[in-house]
Amino acid sequence: MADASPMRADVIVVGAGPAGLAAAHAAATDGARVVVVDENPETGGQIWRASHRAPHPRARALLAQLERDGVTTLRGTTVFDAVPPGSLRAVDAGGHSVALEAPAIVLATGATELLLPFPGWTLPGVFGAGGLQAMVKGGLDVAGRRVLLAGSGPLLLAVAAALRRSGARIVALVEQADRRAVRRLAGTLWNRPAKLGQAAALSVRLCGVPRHHATWPVRAHAGGDGWLRAVTLRGADGSETTLDVDLLGVGFGLAPATRLAQLLGCELDGDRVATDDLLRTSVPGVHCAGEAAGIGGVDCALVEGAIAGHSAARRDDLALRARRRLRRERGFAAALADAFALRPELRELPTSDTVVCRCEDVAYGALADHRDAHDAKLATRCGMGPCQGRICGPALRFLRDWAADRVRPPLVPVPMAALRETLATTDSTP
Amino acid sequence: MTSVPRTAVIVGAGIVGAACADALATSGVAVRVVERERPGTAGATAAGMGHILVLDDSPAQIALTKLGRELWDARADRWPTRVERHVCGTLWVAADDEELAGARQRAEVYERWGVASRVVDADELRLLEPNLRGGLAGGLLVPGDSVVYPPNAARVLLDAAVSAGAAVVERAPVTAVGDGWAELADGTRLEADVVVVAAGIATPRLVPGSGLSIVPKKGHLAITDRYPGFVRHQLVELGYLKSAHGAVRQSVAFNIQPRPNGQMLLGSSRQLDDDDPRVDRCILAAMVARGIDYLPRLAALSVLRTWVGFRPATPDNLPVVGPLADRPGLWVATGHEGVGITTSLATARLVADRLCGREPPIDPGPYDTSRLREASTHA
Ligand SMILES: Cc1cc2nc3c(=O)[nH]c(=O)nc-3n(C[C@H](O)[C@H](O)[C@H](O)COP(=O)(O)OP(=O)(O)OC[C@H]3O[C@@H](n4cnc5c(N)ncnc54)[C@H](O)[C@@H]3O)c2cc1C
Ligand SMILES: Cc1cc2nc3c(=O)[nH]c(=O)nc-3n(C[C@H](O)[C@H](O)[C@H](O)COP(=O)(O)OP(=O)(O)OC[C@H]3O[C@@H](n4cnc5c(N)ncnc54)[C@H](O)[C@@H]3O)c2cc1C
Repeated sequence: MADASPMRADVIVVGAGPAGLAAAHAAATDGARVVVVDENPETGGQIWRASHRAPHPRARALLAQLERDGVTTLRGTTVFDAVPPGSLRAVDAGGHSVALEAPAIVLATGATELLLPFPGWTLPGVFGAGGLQAMVKGGLDVAGRRVLLAGSGPLLLAVAAALRRSGARIVALVEQADRRAVRRLAGTLWNRPAKLGQAAALSVRLCGVPRHHATWPVRAHAGGDGWLRAVTLRGADGSETTLDVDLLGVGFGLAPATRLAQLLGCELDGDRVATDDLLRTSVPGVHCAGEAAGIGGVDCALVEGAIAGHSAARRDDLALRARRRLRRERGFAAALADAFALRPELRELPTSDTVVCRCEDVAYGALADHRDAHDAKLATRCGMGPCQGRICGPALRFLRDWAADRVRPPLVPVPMAALRETLATTDSTP
Repeated sequence: MTSVPRTAVIVGAGIVGAACADALATSGVAVRVVERERPGTAGATAAGMGHILVLDDSPAQIALTKLGRELWDARADRWPTRVERHVCGTLWVAADDEELAGARQRAEVYERWGVASRVVDADELRLLEPNLRGGLAGGLLVPGDSVVYPPNAARVLLDAAVSAGAAVVERAPVTAVGDGWAELADGTRLEADVVVVAAGIATPRLVPGSGLSIVPKKGHLAITDRYPGFVRHQLVELGYLKSAHGAVRQSVAFNIQPRPNGQMLLGSSRQLDDDDPRVDRCILAAMVARGIDYLPRLAALSVLRTWVGFRPATPDNLPVVGPLADRPGLWVATGHEGVGITTSLATARLVADRLCGREPPIDPGPYDTSRLREASTHA
């Protein structure tokens, strides 16, 4: 049994996306010893993670700063357990257990894509939109492939643009929200030159791509080889059309990744981690920034990261100063959430034989008699598998208004040995 | 109450309440079940392991677990697949010759009770369970033991009760009970010829002054991903009983259960004086270390989740089943500690036979509430 003593720091940041990197930088400039942990082999989070192109300039600048700041970065290291205030357990890529201790932690765990089940969504060829983008970044060749992007939110546009740049043929971009709502959002951008610029750049890159609003996918069809062949779309007026495609990237927005916060006992506010002005959670010593504290986009994540980093380093004065920039970002986030609010018709997407829980192969109809996630889980195994409800949990929150079931260690499947290591690394025995 | 009851209220729809509901309803009693949460989703029944086993730490324990196992077997054809019943047998593992000698003694006890079992030597142990570590002395195989999935078993029992005319009130906490009545949180007062309190660890609070002593014994479990065939029997170390019923405040013992889908449930831990529902990382680590000690290759297998449950434990490790003093219309059925899934059906049988004036298949005396009065007069 490895008798590793825990790695100690003043501030531990979980997640190396924009929020986590900004938090690490802020805390380090305040003089704190900072450790950043991220499960991916590369830093940058969902948006900046290394692509086959050069890293994003903003990411590059931030990472260079962190290096100068002397921040320790643990890549490929997944936090699977946590005890308040600041005792974390992680596994590295080799399955070895790593213990970390600090009086303050910043949760910058980001978000996961909201995937709603509909008939055919489990066919090969159907991917989460963000997942598809990540696969292309990872080298998947989409040149000449017919790709449909459907669901909701600005992520679809970003993915469409990226895939197009990689040579994919975007058959259509299908947004469930009304055109009017989306236009209204664009109207709020007049005082945000940067965002307006991004939006304009995206429109140019998507020029010629058929765009549909108030439309959503209702069925994916398999070809003779079992692979995705076509997708049927339905409009709010009830009309249906079927498009032949090779790939479907689908996503209905983002759901804050709150499981680590829940394990620590942090209170939630709806689907996000509840935070105060200084991005402190309900658990002393635990801070939260970025998408986990509410979907807001990359600029919001950067500002929040700075606030949380300063407040974790006990520089509340600096945190409060950084806060001034937050109001505007939060305002934009609220407008975004409003514009892309999911329409109630989407609750009808799954039919009774649509698989909801892919780990345990549970059909939507099996959940009909149940009233909450815990109850349904015990009776049907829904959410009991390796992903522990990470995928079906947010979907059922939307479909059935079910709050997430209790989170228990480990947060992700880990080798049994990692749970044993706790013994060697916990100094207080009851 | 001397005549056969026409009506009954059962408080709690864990496995014991559900089994009592089934036994009484099918005996012709008009049953109402009141459950604080939803049937089988709360309490020990939602957190336990579902090993159906004959346990030999006292004659009364053997009698009840044996009857319990027989009653589980008797319904074999009626358990739907969602109960996941699987007769995998128990293999009690002997670490050394001393434990193997203990296994031989247990085999004799089982034989006296008509329970099939067989001592296996070190070589056969390896053949039966190749993933066990080398150097073990042997074991005791009890082929008739089985495993089930308790939450769904409780529902199935309750469904059977409903088919026989029982009514179930869910999400309705009972706030007070008395001789022939129960009061719900919303003020509703239910009257019946008999009230059976099967509320697990919550029972003493409902019957203050009865002398009933039930303490929660905290236990941890860990579930793995699917590894079909990694273990084939429920494996339990022979030192288990020492751990289970010793007076120490906390202990762990090696206990692992193969689920029909290839997952494994690893136990077990026992902690007194701890009612914190969170996972205790230290005791979990000790439990896992014990598991890996017996099954070295377990170290590399994936764990999906861990959790805790609370066993309703009595001072003498036997359940308390019967009427409370001077209140013939108020019964309790609880205190089953770590074998309540096994003994639920036997408990229900005792309750129904006694209430309906039938001769129970075993002497109900050792589990009766009369010992509460003795305990309180001696105190
Ligand atoms: C699939 C997906 C694709 C996206 N694509 C785009 C895009 O193309 N353009 C765009 O503008 N926005 C995109 N976004 C939104 C963008 O990620 C956010 O706006 C913003 O960057 C979020 O920053 P963050 O730091 O809060 O989270 P993230 O950037 O998501 O960073 C969180 C990090 O924490 C890690 N992490 C989480 N839990 C643990 C744990 N237990 N242990 C270790 N590490 C952990 C994650 O792996 C991740 O690297 C995407 C979001 C998602 C979910
Ligand atoms: C970790 C662990 C492993 C175990 N392994 C095994 C095993 O392998 N084999 C075995 O045979 N046994 C095992 N057990 C023991 C077994 O689970 C219990 O003995 C059994 O479940 C007890 O059932 P019960 O119905 O008495 O209690 P519970 O299941 O606790 O049910 C009590 C019910 O009463 C309800 N209730 C409480 N208060 C009120 C109120 N005021 N009003 C209305 N309803 C109320 C509760 O919500 C609950 O549903 C294990 C237990 C644990 C914790």
